[in-house]
Amino acid sequence: MSPQSAPAVPVSKDRSQERQKQMIVDHFERLATAEHRGEKCVYTFVPGNLTELLLSFDVAPVLPEINALQSGMRGLSRDYIAAAEKEGHSEDVCTYVKCDIGMLRSGNVGPTGKRLPDPDLLLLSYTGCFTFLKWFELLREEYDCPVTMLHVPYQADGRITDEMRRYVVNQLRKKVVPALERITGKAYDEDRLRELLARSARAEDDLVAVLESARNRPSPIDAYFGGVYYIGPIFTAFRGTQEAVDYYRELREEVDQRLRAGRGPIIPDGELEEERYRLVVEGPPNWTSFRQFWKMFTDEGAVVVASTYTKVGGVYDDGFRHDPDRPLESLAEYCLGCYTNLSLPARVNKLAGYVREYSADGFLINSVKSCNSFSAGQLMILREVENRTGRPGGFIESDLVDPRYFSGANIRNRLESYFQMIEQKRGQGAAR
Amino acid sequence: MLERCEELTRDTSLPSVRAWKERTGGVAIGFLPIYVPRELLHAQGVLPVGLMGGGEIEIIRGDAYYQSYICHLPRSTVELGLNGSLDCLDGMIFPAICDVIRNLSGMWQMMFPAKLVHYLDVPQDFDRSMGGRFYRHELGVLSQKLVEAGARPLDPDALRASIRTYNVHHGLVAELYELRRREPWRVPTAELYVMLRAGLVLPVEEHNGMLGEYLEAVRADESRRPMDQARVLLTGSFCEQPPLGLIKTLERAGCYIVDDDFVQVSRWFRHALPEDGDPVEALVEAFLDDAIPGPTRYVDEGEKGRDLIERVERAGAEGVLFCAPSFCDPALLDQPMGTAAATRAGIPWTAFKYSEDTGQFQVIREQAGTFADSIKLWSEVTTP
Repeated sequence: MSPQSAPAVPVSKDRSQERQKQMIVDHFERLATAEHRGEKCVYTFVPGNLTELLLSFDVAPVLPEINALQSGMRGLSRDYIAAAEKEGHSEDVCTYVKCDIGMLRSGNVGPTGKRLPDPDLLLLSYTGCFTFLKWFELLREEYDCPVTMLHVPYQADGRITDEMRRYVVNQLRKKVVPALERITGKAYDEDRLRELLARSARAEDDLVAVLESARNRPSPIDAYFGGVYYIGPIFTAFRGTQEAVDYYRELREEVDQRLRAGRGPIIPDGELEEERYRLVVEGPPNWTSFRQFWKMFTDEGAVVVASTYTKVGGVYDDGFRHDPDRPLESLAEYCLGCYTNLSLPARVNKLAGYVREYSADGFLINSVKSCNSFSAGQLMILREVENRTGRPGGFIESDLVDPRYFSGANIRNRLESYFQMIEQKRGQGAAR
Repeated sequence: MLERCEELTRDTSLPSVRAWKERTGGVAIGFLPIYVPRELLHAQGVLPVGLMGGGEIEIIRGDAYYQSYICHLPRSTVELGLNGSLDCLDGMIFPAICDVIRNLSGMWQMMFPAKLVHYLDVPQDFDRSMGGRFYRHELGVLSQKLVEAGARPLDPDALRASIRTYNVHHGLVAELYELRRREPWRVPTAELYVMLRAGLVLPVEEHNGMLGEYLEAVRADESRRPMDQARVLLTGSFCEQPPLGLIKTLERAGCYIVDDDFVQVSRWFRHALPEDGDPVEALVEAFLDDAIPGPTRYVDEGEKGRDLIERVERAGAEGVLFCAPSFCDPALLDQPMGTAAATRAGIPWTAFKYSEDTGQFQVIREQAGTFADSIKLWSEVTTP
């Protein structure tokens, strides 16, 4: 098959991409100087993050998964993981954890080359991932700081009950807020939190509009690679800020322009010129060979029109918005609604819905060794979504940040076979 | 009796459960490791049936549901579900152990839509007004689902009576463990293990009788004499279980296992439950305040691994075997903290992994044998 993308040079980027890159650099710079400036830092996780609440106390969030994936993209994770395994961490467990432990052993240097601050608080938001619990038990051994656990119940029966919401709100009110008050010496300011949540909701409206632009043909965005590269990540550390509102407004305008011009998405080599396959993707990407992985899709003219990994930091396309009129309740519902906190049947429903609503040609799972929260049950998800939609499913395996589990040739072979299968299905459809 | 227990452990088609259902017409509900409130099920006339995977059964369809890097227990459980072994069960409870078991609850909902499927979400907050309130509500939801599956409604007096019955069970299991701690030659772990496993598929009243009978028999058996073995604590095997052959191998390699993590549902609480007052509150309070701090439970204060060291001291163990199933997140993520605590305390340890269908024990036998020898030759730990 011949490549469908534009020539490799010069690589064009939209203005929003440059802006988000600068925002992230500034964020890591802020973290690097936090101790010097006396700013408090809280380590916490992406799913179920309480960014608005943290910002209302003027504390900076540090997200270990983001540090790990940044290490993966910068080619550092192999050594970090090796360092952790040398200490006795099992080869069987999550590589984000081992990458983080290895980074800590290597001086806790962040992606901009500067040391990250020690935590003033470990805020363990137990949302959709059991490993988080063990991760912060491990980090607690390393730092002399308090830990606060926010236990978010699982949506096993596919819905949020009043009792679940009450349980989370109680913990926010009685444990998390007092912990933040203790480390900052500041009183909880609900009016300030409301302002932040109102800004979040505005940014969320624009985010959803951007993600839903992929319903068009051609899609102006790639909702997986682009989704994690520049559309989604900003949501975690910046939610509630004016910067985030401005960023998503600008991004939405750019995407609208692309849409009006009938242009495809930005890809590693420039812009996709011909959309040949529209896919829905389930599961996290591989970070160590991110660009190579993405190019395997764009070389075939494949665009991801919807993905689930971009929903681990929050599911907004079902209508949820942070609500300034119900600040803590709304934060609780946000945590409870994150993608990995959904039951398997709910995940199947969501994926089958994406395949239909985004007119996808197929559905692909990237199953990562590290993440049982995602991976356990994916083979059943594959069969169920295929049965419900009649669209072909594909299955590839890799890992988050362990380069030992990324076999480029194998994945490329599987993808090529998968695209052939889609072609065959199309042929069958045309023949009928 | 031991032969019967071993047979009940091995026979995954649950003959004792089928017989019970035929006899009583009652509701039988399966549960996966580690803990469910069996007292509550018992009080509603339900037979709680503990499932610990498929052991060494041949996996034909279960592998199609899981990638190679997922542990073995869920694939064998799926196999049992699909091959009809579990068709005598009216439902399943999936406790909050890890992401794999959590997701299996959703798979079960899709595979067996006509059966009761309940994910028992237990609190990781242990404050009465938060985690306690949530857990009490969870128990209410479970109880109601049992009624919908054909069980009788929960009656406080019946629950108090069930608590009394399970307290007897708790006491007998504690007695068994204490006897093994003091005189491990009287209670080989391979025997203790099948005794406990049998209890997962029998009515508690019947199992109480068996435990009493076994205790009496081994106390009277003067042919059981001490040997020069190393006293070890085995940890990490709380969910997917090692094959019985592996336990026997460790004992033959020179280890007296004097404490372990097997079948923890019988020992989830340190003490017996209160037999008067609000019985649901008794279950809640025990969960919050009296449960063992295993790897699936968030330890919110104190040094990780401290409990392990205290257990080593209580058991008079001379070393620790970290014996975890492959790909078991809770055990393997916990392990570095346990090994660090053991190292700090100067306690010898060794680590290996297994899967429930491991068939070759030679390497583990050599490792355990060398470990036991090194303890006997060089350890300065004083045994009780």
